[in-house]
Amino acid sequence: MSAAWASVAIVGCATIAIKSSGALLLHGRELPQRFAGMITLLAPVMLAALVVTNTFGGDHRLVLDPRAAGLGAAAIPIALKAPLLVTIVVAAGAAALVRAL
Amino acid sequence: MRIAAPFAAAVLAFGASFGVLARNAGIGWSPALVMSATTFAGSAQFAVASVLSAGGGVAAACVAAILLNARYGPIGMSTASALSRGLVRRLLEAQLVVDESWALSNRGGGRHDRRILIGAGIVLYVAWVAGTALGVIGGKLIGKPEDYGLDAAFPALFLALLVGQIHSRRAAFAAALGGAIALVATPFARPGIPLIAACVACLAGWRRRS
Repeated sequence: MSAAWASVAIVGCATIAIKSSGALLLHGRELPQRFAGMITLLAPVMLAALVVTNTFGGDHRLVLDPRAAGLGAAAIPIALKAPLLVTIVVAAGAAALVRAL
Repeated sequence: MRIAAPFAAAVLAFGASFGVLARNAGIGWSPALVMSATTFAGSAQFAVASVLSAGGGVAAACVAAILLNARYGPIGMSTASALSRGLVRRLLEAQLVVDESWALSNRGGGRHDRRILIGAGIVLYVAWVAGTALGVIGGKLIGKPEDYGLDAAFPALFLALLVGQIHSRRAAFAAALGGAIALVATPFARPGIPLIAACVACLAGWRRRS
């Protein structure tokens, strides 16, 4: 099985299980506040880590390349609440431009 | 249904970008489509594509994605009372709950509008899968991704998703801490591992009530 299919199967099953558990097992109950507080922070923390690793991650080192310019440019449409596609086009355009210079 | 239309257009475009980026990450068209149909959670799917394309391996990609989707546990609990009573329908409806349908149907005080939750969920699901199909077809026509700066699309996307998840000062603090941990870990660990290390930042949520 390829890495892609294995990931698709594992993540798909896990996500369905997570969504089902909320609706079934824990119906009417609430998680302890402390625990729920940590789980709700997982998404912002992981997304921040993904921003950093996708911008500066190299082969076992940190790199500063046109992706950083793309990210900087993307901050403008994001701040203006532009559609996601606009954000992607701006980021890609800025990175391509810097790379071409 | 009408209330979900602007979201559906955005999700269609979001799905298309997943299709394009998944192809460029070496995920074939069929795994990309199956993933959109089964996982139906954008940020986790992009996380898998980005970790796999960086050579991070299946385990790291899956752990990162599952941690991202852990939020659907509490989200699912908060919408549980709006779902059908029948077991099968209830389980199917639970799969339609995503960030956008949850937000649209939120009536405050822990209550959710059932019709909006399910209706928006169906519209968004169709848009997400259709968008992915468009993306995997269109992505084939595009040549080398670097020429178009598409490698900068991932960080931009994750930043946009991150801004949508920052609802409190504590979340902003935890996100900054998690980003710093990932940055420090990157030179020393295989791709994907810094993401998992960053989760230590969630301890910021331990002390105070949310």
